[in-house]
Amino acid sequence: MTKTVTRLAELIHETSSSLPDDAEKALRAALRREAKDSSARLVLETILKNVALARAAGTPVCQDTGTLTFFVSENLRRTVTPERIAAAVAAATERGWLRRNTNDAVTGKSIDSNVCPGAPVIHYTLDAESKVRLIMKGGGSENMSMQFSLPDASLGAGRDLEGVRRAVLAAVQHAQGYGCAPGILGVCIGGDRAAGFEESKHQLLRNLADTNPVPALAKLERRILREANSFGIGPMGLGGKTTLLAVKIGARPRVPASFFVTVAYLCWAARRREISW
Amino acid sequence: MTTLTYPFSEVDVRALKAGDAVSVNGLIRTGRDRFHKFFADGGKLPCDFRDGALFHCGPVVVKNPDGSWRVVAGGPTTSVRENPYEPAFIEQTGVRLIIGKGGMDARTLDACAKCGAVYLQAVGGAAAVTAHAITRVTNVYFLEEFGAAEACWEFEVKDFRCVVAMDSHGTSLFAQVEAASNRRFRELLAK
Repeated sequence: MTKTVTRLAELIHETSSSLPDDAEKALRAALRREAKDSSARLVLETILKNVALARAAGTPVCQDTGTLTFFVSENLRRTVTPERIAAAVAAATERGWLRRNTNDAVTGKSIDSNVCPGAPVIHYTLDAESKVRLIMKGGGSENMSMQFSLPDASLGAGRDLEGVRRAVLAAVQHAQGYGCAPGILGVCIGGDRAAGFEESKHQLLRNLADTNPVPALAKLERRILREANSFGIGPMGLGGKTTLLAVKIGARPRVPASFFVTVAYLCWAARRREISW
Repeated sequence: MTTLTYPFSEVDVRALKAGDAVSVNGLIRTGRDRFHKFFADGGKLPCDFRDGALFHCGPVVVKNPDGSWRVVAGGPTTSVRENPYEPAFIEQTGVRLIIGKGGMDARTLDACAKCGAVYLQAVGGAAAVTAHAITRVTNVYFLEEFGAAEACWEFEVKDFRCVVAMDSHGTSLFAQVEAASNRRFRELLAK
């Protein structure tokens, strides 16, 4: 294995087994909010114990090691190549850091190496930050992601930020706890349908404690988070004060005819890492 | 926290209410999609589920050098896929605890009330904690036929923590939470 492949395989191992600090901190803050002897507390205690056990043993935080999506700075294109990323995924799978988790969509057959055209997902991003970012997102949470086309009469949602708010709250109500709450929402306003999902996932890479540089979006993030947490859905949907840990909103340009709001739901097992290369 | 130990009696199970935290101890068995399909197609079960527990789980299990098994990761899988089969399974086997995630439908809730069974929610994604609670793998059925992820594994568990999400009195926490959150959602849309 080349040095680059080894380094990428280690990134995968760390992402799979060790939740980022900000996510763990948000879960601890959630635990403090929940009432004594509540099921919300029991769920959060179990989650935090799980995080500690997985990190100590270097084993997957969740058995569904998910879809691997890499975001690689454009200037690394010649070093962090798709071939090397694929080799790292195959090596990580071989070592048990990833579950055999890829199936051919037509035949249903398992692709044991987790590597084939389309897997893992790789995006080269237009920045010169020299970073490799990885997110591992499980199927249970992916099933809860949604896309809205505004205007939406049933929600009273027009083509403005108030319409975005309504659509995102509808996604929260739809998801309940089924995506393994408390979750994190990555939202994209605009784009075509494909760009919407790409950008909404890209938003999930943000530190949970950061502030959106666009003041109007920062305000909307805070409002939706507060309102979603008043739904009472709670950890794993059993009721409680913490339904979401964070809401992160980005935007992509759109054509005049389309106005999409895309919501990517990430479970509490928010496995993401970035390394500077 | 209520401690439940195998065999799970009807009296103990009927005393549970939705929202109760429980610690499950003793023997439990896994069964998911292929297991349920096999049962629904009239297959004969190789073991007795009376007063037992059925866990919707596809574990990652490895064989130790001495031939014994060890569970590396073992969180619950989504239970709704077994909705078509579970009422009959509860009625015919006398199982007392169904353990999974996400809850099940009204027919399963009715079967729980009729037979004295409950649905327990385990924490989704908590693969390491669940593996930790499994102290021993005592047996496995259908390993060849269904594969490791779908086989019927027999585990000895200690302090496996769950929440009663559907009780034997017709109450489903999921239905309650969804109705309450829908009221709040409508309230916020009216603003």
